[in-house]
Amino acid sequence: MIIANNVSKKFGSLFALNDFSVTCNKGECIALIGPNGSGKTTFIKTILGMVVCDSGFITFNGSNIKNDWQYRSRIGYMPQIGRYPENMTIGQVLDMMKDIRKSAQQQILDEDLINLFNLKPLMNKRMRTLSGGTRQKVSAALAFLFNPEVLILDEPTAGLDPVSSEILKEKIIAEKQKGKLVLITSHILSELDDLVTQVIYMQDGILCFHKTISQLTEDTGQAKLAKAIAHVMQKQ
Amino acid sequence: MRNLLCILCVSFFSYAANARVITVGKNKSYTTITEAIQRSAGGDTIKVFSGIYHEKNLVINKPIVLMGIDYPVLDGEHRYENISIKSPGVTVQGCKVIQSGVSSMEDFAGIKIYNTHDVIIKDNILEDTFFGIYSQYGTNCTIQNNRISAYGKEEQQSGNGIHCWKSDSMRIIANKITGHRDGIYFEFVTHSIIWRNTSEKNLRYGLHFMFSSNDAYITNIFRNNGAGVAVMFSHDVKMFHNYFEENWGDAAYGLLLKEISDSYIENNRFVKNTIGIFMEGTSRIEMNNNVFERNGWGMKVQASCMDITVTANNFIGNTFDIGTNGSLVLNTFNGNYWDKYDGYDLNKDQKGDVPYRPVSMYSVIVEKNPPAMMLFRSFITTLLDKTEKVLPSLTPENFKDIAPLMKPLRL
Amino acid sequence: MKKVIKYVIIDILRNKIMLAYTLFLLVLSLSIFSLEDNSAKGLLGLLNIILIIVPLVSIIFSTIYIYNSAEFIELLVSQPLQRKTIWMSLFTGLASSMSLAFLVGAGIPVLIYQADITGFMMILIGVILSVVFVSIALLAAVKTRDKAKGIGVAILLWLYFSLLFDGFVLFLLFQFSDYPVEKLMVAVSMLNPLDLGRIMILLKMDVSALMGYTGAVFKDFFGTQAGMGLSFFVLLLWAVVPVWLSIRRFKHKDL
Repeated sequence: MIIANNVSKKFGSLFALNDFSVTCNKGECIALIGPNGSGKTTFIKTILGMVVCDSGFITFNGSNIKNDWQYRSRIGYMPQIGRYPENMTIGQVLDMMKDIRKSAQQQILDEDLINLFNLKPLMNKRMRTLSGGTRQKVSAALAFLFNPEVLILDEPTAGLDPVSSEILKEKIIAEKQKGKLVLITSHILSELDDLVTQVIYMQDGILCFHKTISQLTEDTGQAKLAKAIAHVMQKQ
Repeated sequence: MRNLLCILCVSFFSYAANARVITVGKNKSYTTITEAIQRSAGGDTIKVFSGIYHEKNLVINKPIVLMGIDYPVLDGEHRYENISIKSPGVTVQGCKVIQSGVSSMEDFAGIKIYNTHDVIIKDNILEDTFFGIYSQYGTNCTIQNNRISAYGKEEQQSGNGIHCWKSDSMRIIANKITGHRDGIYFEFVTHSIIWRNTSEKNLRYGLHFMFSSNDAYITNIFRNNGAGVAVMFSHDVKMFHNYFEENWGDAAYGLLLKEISDSYIENNRFVKNTIGIFMEGTSRIEMNNNVFERNGWGMKVQASCMDITVTANNFIGNTFDIGTNGSLVLNTFNGNYWDKYDGYDLNKDQKGDVPYRPVSMYSVIVEKNPPAMMLFRSFITTLLDKTEKVLPSLTPENFKDIAPLMKPLRL
Repeated sequence: MKKVIKYVIIDILRNKIMLAYTLFLLVLSLSIFSLEDNSAKGLLGLLNIILIIVPLVSIIFSTIYIYNSAEFIELLVSQPLQRKTIWMSLFTGLASSMSLAFLVGAGIPVLIYQADITGFMMILIGVILSVVFVSIALLAAVKTRDKAKGIGVAILLWLYFSLLFDGFVLFLLFQFSDYPVEKLMVAVSMLNPLDLGRIMILLKMDVSALMGYTGAVFKDFFGTQAGMGLSFFVLLLWAVVPVWLSIRRFKHKDL
């Protein structure tokens, strides 16, 4: 569904992505893993068209995303730090997003997370008054709201309390089972255990490996993702 | 001596006794004025009743009174000079003179005085004439209370309203002139007075005044003429109580003074002119109690001027109070009111304690470099003027009013 | 596009600075008109507002707004929207809000005190200059990533257009005072929207006689239909070209 071909991106003299190629298919739940500054977020932003790559290309459903924008209506994106117009209330932000995306495709709205996170009573609060956790909830709710085929979640559980974290995880699993492609980055590897089917490990913008969980377990002899990755890192 | 007196008395009485009144008009003694004049003798009065008269060129060569009743129309058919006065002691009164001939060779006029004296032209209406009233070598003539209008579009095809050439002791009083090339034109005219006239919307000058000395013009209104008023190459001219207004245009002056000396400019009002007074080669002028209001430049004093004394005038709302093109100052400014003055008066003598410099930095720049007008009203010019006020460098050092008034004079 | 514009305008109108700007203009122009005994002088006062305050507020407010909306822009970019749409919406929103503020703040007093061709010309130029400086602000903001630096650039640009450029012109005038540069000056005035706007307004006022006095070139050029048309065209270019350049830049900008 999403194919990156030899994508490179430089920030100054630093490679954020270096000849990066990867293929992500429907029904997969892929963990993007790597040390800080390894280019995970850059990769995500490149998929979303927020960062324009220097060379290489990315296709979404077989067509180049360059100069295209409609494909983004099939992606739900939850940013690392959700930032919204400070003067707007949660309700207004949700309405605005609905308004903006409505014309793209007439979809059934998925308001599960709004209900589960109990955001309804907070609808009239302005964005600048919200805590980091509540913002994350809004971000998550927005990402799932339009029932997208692809979910891209950048550090989804950061700042969430354990209960909400669990709600979100369950939601991700549910969506995965519907056959959606889910891309997740996270530092807390233990959280990913129940979720992911595949792992992309990257370092300094270079793809180290792209394996299924079962293959990774086989290669490292470790059942837990965290340990398996630690094993890999030590080997390097 | 006694005989002489007798003869004079007898001749006078006989003259008066012989004076007749001749009427012209429909069902009157004569139907044409030409005929009436031929049959008349000196001292007769010809009364012309209303109607349209095509007299071609009417020549008055006897001392008669031509009196219009209810404005009879004398039509020049655009071909003839309507009335030519060639005798002294003629009075033309109450006629409506229209459509004189137009020529580039001859100066056709509605009414023209040829080389004579003691003529009175009054209460006439002149319309669409080439020249209006023309005095050529006239002496001691009165031109009074005439309404003179023309509809010229171009200077070349239009003559002057009242044109006096080589004349003396003329009295030009209470006429209204509009639409001509120059409203009133004086060339080589001496000992004359121009009083209570209104000259407006003429193509060139409201008053054009050259080589004419010992004259005075008083309480006239010169308004909205193409180039204002020009007074040139003359001396001993008195200009009192006149209004110079709304002479707006690329080259319009309230009053243009060129090569004028020993003259007085007092109690005049210069309002809304591009340049209130422009002076060039002018010397020994007294300027008192004038008002300069809302002009582009209040005055432009070229460096060729000297001994001009400017005292007790009001300068209000002018874009530039004074402009000059040199740094040499031989003129005196003293005790005027300048609305741009922002000094103080600590000793309460109604005079500012610091001198006022009426020449702004930007006006100096524009004078030196006319295209700099492009920056008119821009931020930088405002800043330059403010800086110059604090640190004078470019503006002429001596160009200042050392005792500016704190309050405007009541003028 | 319409939806995004709607949200941008709603967001700007909610901004208190915008309201303050409108009120400031309103109070200033009303007091100028009512304090001066004749309205022609009031117009000259208003001219200073148009030439100094309007560009300043337009450029600074727009720059700050763009920086403060970085999150909003980021959010929009991740949505199924064209970047061009997003940027044009920001431009349209800012330009229409600034114009609206000017129309209310300065337009109403002009209509009350001086509803003639001069007044209309003034309103028109004021609106165009508002848009021009929004456009320039967008270009400045998209070129510099750092907020403080961006605002600094915006202030410098304002200073350049309202002061430095004219100082430079003055310098050139004296350098080339021996040459007939009047015609060149018409071309030079095209290089600064403020000069162009100022001259166009002045030629509609009766002080234009002063400009004509020193050389008929300005009047001969700007006074004609063709000259007027060309000037408006150039002013519109000043509004369009910076924003067009900024779109080109924004399309490839990493967020």
